Amino acid sequence: MRKSLVLLALLALAGSPALAQKKPAPKAPARKAVAASSAAVLKGKSIYTQNCLTCHQADGLGVDGLNPPLAKTDYVLGDKTRLIGVLLNGLKGVDINGEEYHGVMPAQTYLNDQQMADVLTYIRNGFGNKASAVTVAEVKAVRTGAKK
Amino acid sequence: MKSNLSRPLLFTAALASSLGLYSLTSKPTLAPDPNNAGLKLPAGFGALVVAETGGRARHLAVTPEGNIFVKLNRPKDGKGILELHPTATGKATVAGGFGSYGGTGIYAKGGYLYASSDEDVYRYKLSAKGEVENPAQPEKIVTGLLNRGEHESKSIVLDNAGNIYVNVGAYSNSCQVKDREKGSMGRQNCPILDSAGGIWRFRADKAGQTYGSGMRYATGLRNVVGLDWNQQNNQLFVMQHGRDQLHDIFPAMYDTKQSAELPAECLYEIKQGANAGWPFLYYNGLTHQKILAPEYGGDGKKLADPKYLEPAAAYPAHMAPDGLLFYTGTMFPEKYRNGAFIAFHGSWNRAPEPQKGYYVVFQPFKNGKASGPWEVFADNFAGSPEKVASGRADHKPCGLAQGPDGSLYVSDDKAGTIYRIMYTKK
Repeated sequence: MRKSLVLLALLALAGSPALAQKKPAPKAPARKAVAASSAAVLKGKSIYTQNCLTCHQADGLGVDGLNPPLAKTDYVLGDKTRLIGVLLNGLKGVDINGEEYHGVMPAQTYLNDQQMADVLTYIRNGFGNKASAVTVAEVKAVRTGAKK
Repeated sequence: MKSNLSRPLLFTAALASSLGLYSLTSKPTLAPDPNNAGLKLPAGFGALVVAETGGRARHLAVTPEGNIFVKLNRPKDGKGILELHPTATGKATVAGGFGSYGGTGIYAKGGYLYASSDEDVYRYKLSAKGEVENPAQPEKIVTGLLNRGEHESKSIVLDNAGNIYVNVGAYSNSCQVKDREKGSMGRQNCPILDSAGGIWRFRADKAGQTYGSGMRYATGLRNVVGLDWNQQNNQLFVMQHGRDQLHDIFPAMYDTKQSAELPAECLYEIKQGANAGWPFLYYNGLTHQKILAPEYGGDGKKLADPKYLEPAAAYPAHMAPDGLLFYTGTMFPEKYRNGAFIAFHGSWNRAPEPQKGYYVVFQPFKNGKASGPWEVFADNFAGSPEKVASGRADHKPCGLAQGPDGSLYVSDDKAGTIYRIMYTKK
């Protein structure tokens, strides 16, 4: 924490934005993240349209007080294990971005691992979101209850 | 062409005369907003924005003195009920707030203000000026109503015999073994109906009544938000929110278009002991049939047991009727008297088809019976046709109340606007 503060201060002192841009990109986190492929996103969109759109809507912004938005929420962009768990177990009575939602999300276990990976990759990269792909292996791991 | 020319002229003339009037009299007068608060209304009607509360204004009540009480879905600055006092222009100021609980129901009658959280019903004594005397010390009329997070709001209304009616919505869409899961079938005899999915009756003047001491007045009602007592036939009427997701749950039986149009949102005339048939049936408003629910063996065509209550009127699917009011005033023309206004909050379950609703409908009544086709009365709460279609409405009408002069008040739980609609034609 302290280190990053010092780094921020140094960057601020350096001043020139051009200089800041030339700095090497920060190292990727230890866990390797797979970028979303356009094929997965396309397949995921079709699964979304068939199974998710009624509640979460075409724009991914959900329904006030009932069905949570998928755009810019920690639930979608954050921990993938938790996100996969929502498809496997459903979700109810959770506040999203400080708002209450009373809709009931049923489990979507009729989707296979590939379909779950695709649709989750889609929602993590649709509606203005940008996040790493969800892989079949990650879905399989959560479904079988095995911890990584 | 001629009308195009004459319209601005007329408008200018009207403006000039009202300006002239203004310069003659310094006294502020009740008048609609120049744009009728953004609403589209029938000829002769006008509207004004009474207040912008900034809260999620669910139902509202207006006292004989013109004070307005607004129930907020979630407390704002710790206040779950706002008290507004009127001014001569029709605009009202927020005089204060009380009640730390969120909720939906609020109703004023006989010198008391009644309000509900999602579990309890309270009442507050009103002063001779129509103000709440002891905002911090309400009587708790009913405690411990069932709230399982789905269809949790408790709407309330009183009859003329000292009873209060409370909706307890079903904590389920269609009583499936697994709520809203694809293909999951209905639970046998639907045990949810024992404790929810109906209207419960309590005494309005007795503190400390428990859930069990109430009477299940009517059943087979999935979720009711709008309800009112009809003074002409001395009977309860309710608007049911029809079931969701026929396509999502039974994709082989219903396509997305059918799912958007089924089932109808229904108005029911409720006698004691009535059973409207949820979850065993839904109403097809296009063919006027009670259809056996697919969760209970239906195929989209099989008819339900005819013993269940027939709706008094039906409206397009999924529009979410959140407010019902029988108009007993004399300000509006004759055709509106004793008819019903219905606030349709607006749909979401019609997706991917365009959404619908976000308006106040008028349902004509004759001798206490729904009579003749309904019509849209106040439109454009959403702000534009595109915002209706996308469901991203600026305002969502929720509660209805009648003012002492016969004005119709509408609350909006999206932006918190309070509207007042008046008949202005002389």
